[in-house]
Amino acid sequence: MYVAVKGGERAIDNAHAWLAEERRGDPAVPELSVAQIREQMALAVDRVMAEGSLYDPDLAALAIKQARGDLIEAIFLIRAYRTTLPRFGASLPVDTGAMACDRRVSATFKDAPGGQVLGPTFDYTHRLLDFKLAADGEAGQVAEAKPLQGPTPHIMGFLDRENLIQPEPAGDTTPPDLTRAPLELPASRALRLQALTRADEGFTLGMAYSTQRGYARNHAFVAELRIGTVAVEMDIPELGFSIEIGEITLTECETVNQFQGSKTQPPQFTRGYGLVFGMTERKAISMALVDRALRWAELGEDDLGAPAQDEEFVLYHCDNIQATGFLEHIKLPHYVDFQSELELIRKLRRDAQQVREAAE
Amino acid sequence: MQATDDSQAARKAWLGLLAKAPGGEVAALWSAADMTPAHSVLRAPEIGAVMVRGRAGAVGAAFNLGEMSVTRASIRLADGTVGHGYVQGRDRTHALQAALIDALMQTDVAGQVESTVLAPLRAAATDRKATRAAKAAATKVDFFTLVRGED
Repeated sequence: MYVAVKGGERAIDNAHAWLAEERRGDPAVPELSVAQIREQMALAVDRVMAEGSLYDPDLAALAIKQARGDLIEAIFLIRAYRTTLPRFGASLPVDTGAMACDRRVSATFKDAPGGQVLGPTFDYTHRLLDFKLAADGEAGQVAEAKPLQGPTPHIMGFLDRENLIQPEPAGDTTPPDLTRAPLELPASRALRLQALTRADEGFTLGMAYSTQRGYARNHAFVAELRIGTVAVEMDIPELGFSIEIGEITLTECETVNQFQGSKTQPPQFTRGYGLVFGMTERKAISMALVDRALRWAELGEDDLGAPAQDEEFVLYHCDNIQATGFLEHIKLPHYVDFQSELELIRKLRRDAQQVREAAE
Repeated sequence: MQATDDSQAARKAWLGLLAKAPGGEVAALWSAADMTPAHSVLRAPEIGAVMVRGRAGAVGAAFNLGEMSVTRASIRLADGTVGHGYVQGRDRTHALQAALIDALMQTDVAGQVESTVLAPLRAAATDRKATRAAKAAATKVDFFTLVRGED
């Protein structure tokens, strides 16, 4: 129970002023610009866009600056901002097959058409601190080669042709939107994917890891991981046709999982899918694993009671803004609540004492 | 009908180019072209969001991925030609200039707008794409098999 209490205003104003000063840090050190954050903390910006569920690198960079680098606080700022925007409509589903790939790797097919393209990856770095970055940070020359021609087909398409993989029926029904209607269970896969793509990276990673360690027994291979830009196209009513309204960077992960078959399905490979704003590889792989684990019912698998199979557990706890909102509210004044608890404990102790005294 | 389809395809192409171009680039080329016509604003620049959709498994049923910021504006030239601008991000000037360019591209001065504004934007976009593609290509793995150890 919350009771309005006056008297905190001056303390709050002063606290905020001090926060601003602390945010700035030592004035002898040059101030960070939003553009510097956008360009040089790009993966933090990507995470804030993905979990804030709004693709706008400048706003995400501003949020990171305002939040002093606390990414969940920054995500909170973005979520709050996005609710103020009028919704112009929804895009056509993006065509990730037409992605201009910076990176594209497959753990299942070495010689996939289009090849294995590493892109600007941390993989194969030695994870040794690079003290040169502390000194200057100038990048060296980047090698270029003749750009690859033609489209980069999805690797899953090859398995699909042999019917070795569970089909993915296309559909153009309007998907449910959890920003417009409360999340209700059981959730459709479309709703689960929306919840997972904006879910907390750490939570999703932990859930995905649990499936790899045996909770829900799903051994996933990364059939394909691709990062790059896709155009976003939308129907414009006043024009009467669709146009591209922008271009966004996405990370897509498709996993293939062995599947023995079930009461309803033949033995075949099954799919998990991850698609996330920005260069967000860890999150996209995690999303694909959790998506696959949550599909047990539609594939006729047994419920093994694993946390990652429990959609109520996953979907109701994956959102870091909901989670932190409820978690952090307990630090706010609960004076009246606590007073009643205090009264109760005193009364219980009195009663217990009387019973003891009566017994003696 | 063919002509209508062609002109629609052309308009779709320039609107897409303007939407994806950095606002600063459009502004620089537009002010250098010095072509701002007399016009009235039908829809003042408005910042909003578009829900971006993806497909489950890349090819399956649609789902909501998240929103992106978009700014739109519409104008009418003195001769009645209407121009619409939809651009990525929150740059109002960018949206207004896109609408003006869209309108002028439907008039006699289309050729001049094309050569002074759109062509340089297209060249810059192609160049950026090619550079990234070239860097990506340089990170393509060329597997070669070492002596196999069967015997």
